[in-house]
Amino acid sequence: MIRSWLYRADVKASPYAYVLPFFLLFAALGAFPILYTGWVSLHDWSLLEDQHTFLGLGNYAELLGDSYFWNALFNTVSILILSTVPQLLLALLLAHVLNGRLRGQTFWRVSMLLPNITSVVAVAIIFGQLFGRDYGVVNWFLGLFGVGQIDWAAGTATSHIAIATMVIWRWTGYNALIYLAAMQAVPQSLHEAAIIDGATSLQRLMKITIPAIRPTIIFTVIVSTIGGMQMLAEPLLFGGGQPTGGNDHQFQTLTLYLFEAGFGRFDFGYASATAWLMFVVIVMAAGINYLFVRRIRSS
Amino acid sequence: MATLTQTLVQVRRKGLPRPGRLTYLTLTAIAFFSAFPLYYSAVVGSLDNSALGQVPPPFLPGGNLIGNIERVFTTVPFATALINSAIVATSITVSVMLLSTLAGFAFAKLRFRGRNGLYLAVVATMMVPTQLGIIPLYMLMADIGWIDTLYAVIAPNLVSAFGVFFMTQYLSAALPTELLEAGRVDGCTTFGLFWRVVLPLARPAAAVLGMLTFMNAWNDFFWPLVVLTPENPTVQVGLSAISSGYSVDYSFTLAATTVATIPLLVVAMLFGKQIIQGIMQGALKG
Repeated sequence: MIRSWLYRADVKASPYAYVLPFFLLFAALGAFPILYTGWVSLHDWSLLEDQHTFLGLGNYAELLGDSYFWNALFNTVSILILSTVPQLLLALLLAHVLNGRLRGQTFWRVSMLLPNITSVVAVAIIFGQLFGRDYGVVNWFLGLFGVGQIDWAAGTATSHIAIATMVIWRWTGYNALIYLAAMQAVPQSLHEAAIIDGATSLQRLMKITIPAIRPTIIFTVIVSTIGGMQMLAEPLLFGGGQPTGGNDHQFQTLTLYLFEAGFGRFDFGYASATAWLMFVVIVMAAGINYLFVRRIRSS
Repeated sequence: MATLTQTLVQVRRKGLPRPGRLTYLTLTAIAFFSAFPLYYSAVVGSLDNSALGQVPPPFLPGGNLIGNIERVFTTVPFATALINSAIVATSITVSVMLLSTLAGFAFAKLRFRGRNGLYLAVVATMMVPTQLGIIPLYMLMADIGWIDTLYAVIAPNLVSAFGVFFMTQYLSAALPTELLEAGRVDGCTTFGLFWRVVLPLARPAAAVLGMLTFMNAWNDFFWPLVVLTPENPTVQVGLSAISSGYSVDYSFTLAATTVATIPLLVVAMLFGKQIIQGIMQGALKG
């Protein structure tokens, strides 16, 4: 009698015990802080004072009136486009090549993965040196073609290109592997039939592969958008550790703007409002990209 | 017609045609671009600063690497940083592997009310940007006095929605339900099943998850930067501290960067194949 009761308790109740640690920890350190951000954002809330005056939407109004916020939004979107578009196109091509009958598959794949294993801090430091004005390899190389010394960090366009290069370098191979995984699920017979019909490699990529792996392309575009909107380390370290993103804020991203408000001025209310607005922007950007990529169709 | 039949036979027999030289040339170029920045940072780390002003820039390593590394370890708390990162990454990895396998087992093979809803919640949280909660999380850590301690870095990363998702997907496919039923008939409790049947079977996927988690934890930057100080940093926080400022000592900084990157390169060389499989599996189900 007792045994069968114990058995039933074990079968019915114990599953909850297995998922409980995840949900408890997530609730306390994931969900609660996110919701509480909304509450803090409605106050004049700083680390140094105990008094938190209720402001309503005051922080949001101030934020929308600050030209540096719009500047940061522009920089983020600009770097996002400059990095994501070439990165994903390159990754598609690379995956298509890797999907052939290559010798040394593992060697090529591991070498594509090296940049992704490198920490984002290391990437930013290394490329900061490569893009150096006086002794950087990039300027030396361009100099061979008669290009004068470029002060990469000083200009808006040049700094965005330098930062986008870091992102492209770090993530192209990773995305290529994800595309490759999807490509391997495309039936080989489709490719065989196309070859017999005389299709070139590029035609097979455009007409068979890309339509077939559309869900994966949508997935990578959205993940890259969410990641790119939160970029922090590259612009922070490219600017010598300053949260302003260059003297004229020329490469300050939204997360750097949040970082400056939250941990430079310890203005938690304002930083929380920034976090919520950022969230809205991320959802919008992901949504727009989704609608855009959804239009890829099989012809 | 004869050629078409020939092509047909060839395609059927050998599969797709082998790629030509151009393909290998392209791949070699891409492999070069992947490796060059890492190689070059080791080169700069092995020179002394005066060599960096040369035109053309030096492309071969000098003899100063050991000297620069010594300088790194004596002038900044880099040994502390390495130890801290090892502690943080190991704790997070063990916890994520264990708790993800537990939850993955329940989601994949146990029946309970609300299972699908809860699983959907896990998947949804994978997409939420983590930075959204960073301000209250900092306030929380300040309240309990964990600022400037490793607890603050470890605690928020003890669980991973991706880990639960990854293990659930793996166990649904790899764990035969008959095996669990047989275990029940033999009188196993649910936890007994987990311990004797699930854990041994989950090992390959848990190992891949472990490697991915370790690398992410080792490379994590924003949150450790917020809660730690340069005196008691993780590797990434330490690196960012020495690379900050208006004039950067590049041979010094890049020697440190090289030291910090080597452990991960070794992991990549040894387990590259498994890591790649893990990324590709995670992607397929995503």
